[in-house]
Amino acid sequence: MAHEAPSEADAAGAENFERILAKDSRVEPKDWMPDAYRRSLVRQISQHAHSEIIGMQPEANWITRAPSLKRKSILMAKVQDEAGHGLYLYSAAETLGTSRDEMMDALVQGTARYSSIFNYPTVTWADMGAIGWMVDGAAICNQVPLCRASYGPYGRAMVRVCKEESFHQRQGFEILLELANGTPEQRAMAQDAVNRWYAPSLMMFGPPDDDSPNSKQSMAWNIKRFSNDELRNRFVGMLVEQVKVLGLTLPDDEVRFNEDTKKWEHGPLDWEEFKEVLAGRGPCNAQRLERRRSAHEDGAWVREAASAYAEKQAAEHAQKVAA
Amino acid sequence: MTQSLGDASASATRILPSSSPRSQARDGALAAGAPPGNALRPEDIALAAQQGAAKPGEDVANYALRLGDDALILAQRLAHWISRAPELEEDVALGNIALDQLGHARSFLTYAGSAWGKTEDELAYFRREPEFRSAHLFEQPNGDFAATIARQFIVANYQFPLYRALVNSSDPLLAAIAAKAVKEVDYHRDHSTQWVLRLAGGTEESRRRMIAGLKLMWPFVGELFEDDALTARLGDAGVVPSSLKAEFDRATAEVLDEAELDVSAYPMATGGGRQGRHSEHLGFVLAELQVLAREFPGASW
Repeated sequence: MAHEAPSEADAAGAENFERILAKDSRVEPKDWMPDAYRRSLVRQISQHAHSEIIGMQPEANWITRAPSLKRKSILMAKVQDEAGHGLYLYSAAETLGTSRDEMMDALVQGTARYSSIFNYPTVTWADMGAIGWMVDGAAICNQVPLCRASYGPYGRAMVRVCKEESFHQRQGFEILLELANGTPEQRAMAQDAVNRWYAPSLMMFGPPDDDSPNSKQSMAWNIKRFSNDELRNRFVGMLVEQVKVLGLTLPDDEVRFNEDTKKWEHGPLDWEEFKEVLAGRGPCNAQRLERRRSAHEDGAWVREAASAYAEKQAAEHAQKVAA
Repeated sequence: MTQSLGDASASATRILPSSSPRSQARDGALAAGAPPGNALRPEDIALAAQQGAAKPGEDVANYALRLGDDALILAQRLAHWISRAPELEEDVALGNIALDQLGHARSFLTYAGSAWGKTEDELAYFRREPEFRSAHLFEQPNGDFAATIARQFIVANYQFPLYRALVNSSDPLLAAIAAKAVKEVDYHRDHSTQWVLRLAGGTEESRRRMIAGLKLMWPFVGELFEDDALTARLGDAGVVPSSLKAEFDRATAEVLDEAELDVSAYPMATGGGRQGRHSEHLGFVLAELQVLAREFPGASW
């Protein structure tokens, strides 16, 4: 079929799409949508799903060594939640016509992205606290507005994700609080983790607004509601208050509330490092991808067995019905 | 003691928000007619022990220690699968089973520890290999997915009739822990059964691996059903292990027959876990489990 001028159906669909955006209502899977909107969503939702799945690794790293059975059980539940988030985000992306297998292949082949934060190592138990408090905290700042994203399945998935993330953040804060009030060694461990995760967590919001190529279109489509810098500033303000409760400090002398703009500001971030990690040259990029690849490849025979068995069962059933 | 210890029909993972389970647990974990959703938690058991409402005798404590150690070591093994499973659904499922087992372990160990003034963590993190009372099956390495499923299939078919019988224990706390655990283990049984059938009837490779997995794990069945002086002394408080064997044989045979698998030729290994004699594996499991807690003895987490 040759390319033709937009059909009547397309024109009506486009009109409906614009109307939905104008009313700030939801686009549903069967609605007409521009190809670019669809592609952009598949990219964003699958990246988000991949982040959940890769994000399981730095925390799974401490499950078997968690220092109390209660902490072990909380951490296990948390990492399990992340697998669940990945599952429903992949499902949301599938409603746009891209299969989970395709997305998974792109991830293990290294052509898809996931949040760079997970390319940093978790070297002490306090990192479980810092990840919960700062990394999940940043994720919440990012994701709460996404509950209102114009694409229905994504917005609804985010409602559930955010509920669980807020539990994750509280457990992280609690880990740090316990350490900060513990022995001098525990306290030092907590401060060290906060120092290491501070800048990477701020960079989770993405590049500064004047260097963020996708943001403008995403906001026009009612997917993104606030700019990277707006969210980052909001997050810094939250950290400033909460770090006081912990009795720890942020590794940034330049954090301040700007009375003129009424916004929190932070010191300079190393965007070169961000780009390096994004380009695959972070401390754990290869390790994270290799783990995902080996889990996927080692499990291939299991998935094949499950499909083969299901086919045999279906064939047997069909035979019985026919007889 | 005839009071209800929490709501046996509730699960720790499904707590109703409206009944304020925390305060209920504090105020009335031991009161009859606790609201639904008030699942029995290790914290409730610790509290009951502190208040003198539940203190096991030496034999019951040692029995709880066996059940708790089985569940703890298995949870530790299963936890390793999280982020490594063949598909995301199995990351969730194996994680869930690990979490259930860890919950059972915490309850049993808390109860056992209350006899000796020890917490669940003191028992889990500060005992040495020969002080653990888990059976050898639980410490067997995960192997591939089929080996893990073989281990799960045996465990679930052992724990299900065990907890179902333990619900009638004359010891109210063992009965309460079992009442919560049996529903969860029923799911574990279903999970492993489905996978045994799938792997045995899937592809040539999966069948070969399922057979290899059973061959690895089946020798450790025997130890699970061995009676000894402790299980004899327990009377109505515990469950005589050998009394569960017939049900285990019946239930496993039903699945294995359907899967056309034969385990009859596999010899039984010498056990000894209940007396603290373990395989070479347990030391490594404990090294990983205990390392951080032992680096900071006395610290609170």
